[in-house]
Amino acid sequence: MIPTDSTLRAFEEVVPPLTDREVHEEALRCYYCDDAPCIQGCPTGIDIPRFIRQIAQGDLAAASRTILDANIVGATCARICPTATLCEGACVRTRDSHPVAIGRLQRAAMDYAMQYVTGAPRLPRRQTQVTGKVAIVGGGPAGLAAAAELLRHGCHVDIYEAQAALGGLDTYGIVSFREPLAVSLWEGELIRSLGATVYLNTHVGTDVAWQTLKDQYDAVVTAVGLGKVPMIGIAGEDLLGVWDALDFIQQSKTDSYPQIAASSRVVVIGAGNTAIDAATCAKRLGAENVRILYRRGEQDMPAYDYEYSFAKQEGIVFEWWTQPVEIVGTTHVEAVRCQRTRPVEGPSKAVVMNDTPSWLMPADIIIRAIGQTKSDALWRLLDIQHQGAVPVVDPHTYETSCHGLYAVGDCLAPSAEATVVTAAAQGKQAARAIIARLEGHSITKQEG
Amino acid sequence: MADLSVNFAGISSPNPFWLASGPLTNTGYQVMKAFDMGWGGAVWKTVGEPVINVSSRLAAIDYGGRRMMGLNNIELISDRPIDDNLREIAEVKRRFPHHAVIVSLMLASDPTLWSDMMRRVEDTGADGVELNFGCPHGMSERGMGSVVGQVPEYSQQITAYAKSGSSLPVIVKLTPNVTDVRMPARAAVAGGADALSLINTINSVMGLDVETWLPDPHVADRGSHGGYCGPAVKPIGLYMVSALANDRRVPVPLCGIGGIETWRDAVEYLLLGAGAVQVCTAAMHYGFRIIDDLTEGLNDYLDRKGLASVQDLVGKAKHRVGDWNDLRLSYSYKTVAEIHADQCIGCNLCFVACDDGGHQCIDRLPGQRAPVVRKDDCVGCNLCSLVCPVPGCIEMQDIDLGLVETWRQRQSRVGF
Ligand SMILES: Cc1cc2nc3c(=O)[nH]c(=O)nc-3n(C[C@H](O)[C@H](O)[C@H](O)COP(=O)(O)OP(=O)(O)OC[C@H]3O[C@@H](n4cnc5c(N)ncnc54)[C@H](O)[C@@H]3O)c2cc1C
Ligand SMILES: Cc1cc2nc3c(=O)[nH]c(=O)nc-3n(C[C@H](O)[C@H](O)[C@H](O)COP(=O)(O)O)c2cc1C
Ligand code: SF4
Repeated sequence: MIPTDSTLRAFEEVVPPLTDREVHEEALRCYYCDDAPCIQGCPTGIDIPRFIRQIAQGDLAAASRTILDANIVGATCARICPTATLCEGACVRTRDSHPVAIGRLQRAAMDYAMQYVTGAPRLPRRQTQVTGKVAIVGGGPAGLAAAAELLRHGCHVDIYEAQAALGGLDTYGIVSFREPLAVSLWEGELIRSLGATVYLNTHVGTDVAWQTLKDQYDAVVTAVGLGKVPMIGIAGEDLLGVWDALDFIQQSKTDSYPQIAASSRVVVIGAGNTAIDAATCAKRLGAENVRILYRRGEQDMPAYDYEYSFAKQEGIVFEWWTQPVEIVGTTHVEAVRCQRTRPVEGPSKAVVMNDTPSWLMPADIIIRAIGQTKSDALWRLLDIQHQGAVPVVDPHTYETSCHGLYAVGDCLAPSAEATVVTAAAQGKQAARAIIARLEGHSITKQEG
Repeated sequence: MADLSVNFAGISSPNPFWLASGPLTNTGYQVMKAFDMGWGGAVWKTVGEPVINVSSRLAAIDYGGRRMMGLNNIELISDRPIDDNLREIAEVKRRFPHHAVIVSLMLASDPTLWSDMMRRVEDTGADGVELNFGCPHGMSERGMGSVVGQVPEYSQQITAYAKSGSSLPVIVKLTPNVTDVRMPARAAVAGGADALSLINTINSVMGLDVETWLPDPHVADRGSHGGYCGPAVKPIGLYMVSALANDRRVPVPLCGIGGIETWRDAVEYLLLGAGAVQVCTAAMHYGFRIIDDLTEGLNDYLDRKGLASVQDLVGKAKHRVGDWNDLRLSYSYKTVAEIHADQCIGCNLCFVACDDGGHQCIDRLPGQRAPVVRKDDCVGCNLCSLVCPVPGCIEMQDIDLGLVETWRQRQSRVGF
């Protein structure tokens, strides 16, 4: 679909940047704590008080370097991190006032860098320099963070990415009104400027064999993320008008915006952050009537509070204790058959369906948003230890049972809500472990 | 990347940021930690016959919700044995040969004491000494510190004691507790000083608890005047540095001290004539770690200005501060305020300030948010633009009235 001006406007970033004045005042609210709890709250350990002080002193370029030094996807994180549970949740000012708006200050510094800093950022030199070749499979935040750390230590890094651009879900999965596409593309450029060689449109396993990588590199980092949204397992999922939420969002970010008439009735199944993103995305594409079906109640909803509030503000209707049992239609979706659910007595979160009659909810578009597929196929192929879909890794190094093969990010199939910042932190940590090994390596080489 | 290194009176340092003599430079542990973290130099806590201190020692004034706008202390010089200090100084210099290590000294007025001490300092390998003629409390009552700095003859004499028989660069640290800082400065130069550093702390009583009527800080039930420093004293330091930078009878390098907390503060000192700077309160407040912001900020600034080195800043704006009599009189040049109505938030602070503390030339008009300046009556004092909370809303516009005339020119024209 050729987007109209109003669609383009609807996909502009919702949260406005702070004004220069707001940035300055907010920065002055920081107490510049020593051993600051906010740093502990950040999985990548950004020196938050330092960058805020640099902002307060008017040196945004230095602030952006402080951020990138610890977190190469700091521009993404500034926008989509659940800060209330991370840095801002830990800020001492939650106690005497309200937390310093760390995320928005970080965005101010990163926006400055995106606009004014050209070429490779002048990041502090890493003391240890090693020689070695590392392959990174997957150019999402986990892979990029690993790449940056390795490059800064002198490694040769090749990134293999199946898609046509770097960034992983930051590029293809996060709705552009929360994170404009330009942000994650800029981060991809940043990694190139640090010296990475990038092979796009290259799916490891199809275009290149895993064994080739294992043979040709000192280490291989698997940062492949998760799969598509799984099937719900009900009749009618193959009808026209049934979408995978990630495909739906991806289309809105890349080529064409999915076509939706104002009169379309959209039903989203699931209540995590993906469901909210898909629902608000449909709303902003023009659908007036968007519902989210969830088989549990409001309290159990996995989406973040701010995502939930945003959805309500956007006019999304929530249907709690509702389970889809069949998608109805001849070639195209016409309705979804629903059944009421209730919680099973006891501490478990299980639900059962009521005996009351089911009913038909009319629908023109159905979006499946029940999480991403976790599979053990790759782990079996690579012959590494795993439990179900979860590969077994060393908690400090992220090395798998196969020597030199590391796994980081969403592909570790976390049970909690996955975040970009955790993926980035893991990538960085695995990179450090690889460097430590290469360092030992080169020393023995020298000795020998 | 700009070149941050400096050579100050023959003392080279990787950057112009030195720790000032004080609690930060009391021990080898501290100075080595500071050097490791990036400080370019350190002036050791003043060494002399060990003293006995009092407790408590510090008090501060807060402003606008921010702590320590100004700090005051009643601490004396080092209370550690001279031998310990000199041994640690030697160790620091050995471990950090490229950093500037300066030993601050305060001794009684006895030439043999001085020549003795200068020899011992030379043996440590230190790069120079700084004579503490500035401490305003405790030592001055014993004939040292600021009493020396306040009497030019004493300053000259003691500087000469330190210079005789030693080739080490001697920096004289001046007290601001004088009416005209040029007098002790010239005296120190006459005594052979290689450089001057300023300012030391300013006589002050920090405050009083209005409930208990006890001063801050107090020792049991009494207080004493102490030395004032921190961000609040920067304007005084800037003035004194510029006064000496413009004095032809003070042809030696100046080290700027007083209220330096950010790279901007340092740039101001450098532009007015300082060849290096010292920091005390800011590092006491936040720790040695602020050095990264100082060096990085200064470097970014130099890069942005297209300047290759710190030296390209030194003294570059000193001619911009001078005698009042060389300023153009108000019939020659004036500024007038312009309130940009589109930016006005309607607080009326400018109106009340001008009406009560200015020249009654701002009017409020019925039905209109933004007040208006009667430009013909405006004397261009700046007050309204200083109180306005919106940056850029009140603009001071230059009006060149053609004729160029200062008071000095006017006097010679009318025949004085
Ligand atoms: C809709 C949605 C909203 C989200 N919102 C947030 C949010 O607000 N805040 C937040 O912190 N997190 C959010 N997340 C989670 C976050 O996006 C992920 O945790 C994060 O992207 C994981 O990073 P990753 O690098 O492990 O994987 P991914 O980002 O999935 O990247 C994996 C990359 O590997 C590539 N790849 C896979 N297999 C191969 C192969 N064989 N060869 C080559 N390349 C391959 C893929 O193409 C992809 O580019 C959201 C996720 C979704 C789906
Ligand atoms: C607690 C304290 C102790 C000080 N002791 C000394 C000293 O022993 N010798 C000295 O020359 N100056 C001493 N000073 C003065 C500082 O070196 C410096 O000149 C002054 O604090 C101004 O700099 P600032 O505004 O950066 O703090 C002391 C200052 C403080 C706060
Ligand atoms: S905890 Fe809050 S106040 Fe303290 S350093 Fe972090 S952001 Fe600043």
